[in-house]
Amino acid sequence: MKYSYFPGCTLKSKATELDKYARDCAAVLGFEMEEIENWQCCGGVYPMARDEIATKLSSVRALADAKAHGRKLLTLCSACHNVIKQVNNDILTDSDICSRANNYLKLDDPYNGETEVVHYLEVLRDEVGFGELKKAVKNPLKGKKIAAYYGCLLLRPGAVMAMDDPENPRIMEDLIRALGAEPVIYPQRNECCGGYLSLDDPEAVAKRRKKIADSAKEFGADMFITACPLCMYNLNKADSSVPVYYFTELLAEALGVKE
Amino acid sequence: MDKREEILLISGVDPKKCMRCGKCSATCPSYDEMEYHPHQFVYMVETGNIEPLLESKSLYKCLSCFACIERCPRDVEPAKLVEAVRLCAIRQKGANHIKAEDVPELVDEDTPQQLLMSVFRKYSK
Ligand code: SF4
Ligand code: SF4
Repeated sequence: MKYSYFPGCTLKSKATELDKYARDCAAVLGFEMEEIENWQCCGGVYPMARDEIATKLSSVRALADAKAHGRKLLTLCSACHNVIKQVNNDILTDSDICSRANNYLKLDDPYNGETEVVHYLEVLRDEVGFGELKKAVKNPLKGKKIAAYYGCLLLRPGAVMAMDDPENPRIMEDLIRALGAEPVIYPQRNECCGGYLSLDDPEAVAKRRKKIADSAKEFGADMFITACPLCMYNLNKADSSVPVYYFTELLAEALGVKE
Repeated sequence: MDKREEILLISGVDPKKCMRCGKCSATCPSYDEMEYHPHQFVYMVETGNIEPLLESKSLYKCLSCFACIERCPRDVEPAKLVEAVRLCAIRQKGANHIKAEDVPELVDEDTPQQLLMSVFRKYSK
């Protein structure tokens, strides 16, 4: 299967490992990630106001490009995934936003929400299958106790993101099991890391970091995994007691493709 | 159009659906940072008491984490109201909460682009 891949700005700069390991693992697992040409930044946050159109257009362009290639749109960063999937939902459910976006973009073929947006984790679960993934593991991550950190963007709003049960998810825990490690279930796993507040109010984010790290430690975690560069940044500050990794790095380690 | 109407229109929220259970505020990870909490936004917009909200730092403490949207039993979507009130504030001339010249001293070598993009989308027009 070939996907139209939307890397997003941070995966080209501060989060290159998230991207690189994902590509290396896809090659081993038998699917292709073809980067969308001339993709533009998603904006990082979904614009909730109904009168915001310009801020949604980069998502619509990427979605229309995937449609033109007859492919699903693949994401890796939680924020890109959240923004693009919510904008796609607007196009499908809000005729006003749909017609204004199309009027603005003047595409040869109008875009009406046809593209399916899938996250890399969903490809592992639904296309590769965790059973098959387990068979492909060369170095099982034995003895590691891993806390999956979902944060907010992968799961919510649940009705739109539809990746997993937003209050009791298991997709990353199932991944951890497939890699031979032990998942740690802890209460803060789907609560926000403090997000973009870290520029304006780092003290507030430090409180979030402590709360999340304490929660994971209390349940015995050695490390976090995440799909979000901003969660990585916020959880990974000097005062953090639990190290954070991108899930693709552990995947690459288990598959034996990490140098 | 008055402020209340504008906020209702751009948020798409119907505050009358709220039954004042307070669940949105109870689940809000930024509760301690806020002067007005999500359920108060709903009530104050409904009653047209908007000026204090427009002036409040609470506008910049919401994380857009969608927890209140997910967990409200009445599907009120409080975060959309917070966003609409914030837009009313920052869409005025010279009202940006963060300006480009503020940024250099706030970043460090690990600051992800995603953070800067998000901040500009949320705090300035
Ligand atoms: S959770 Fe919903 S119904 Fe309850 S106070 Fe908040 S907005 Fe109102
Ligand atoms: S979206 Fe904003 S108001 Fe709602 S729970 Fe999250 S931080 Fe609180």
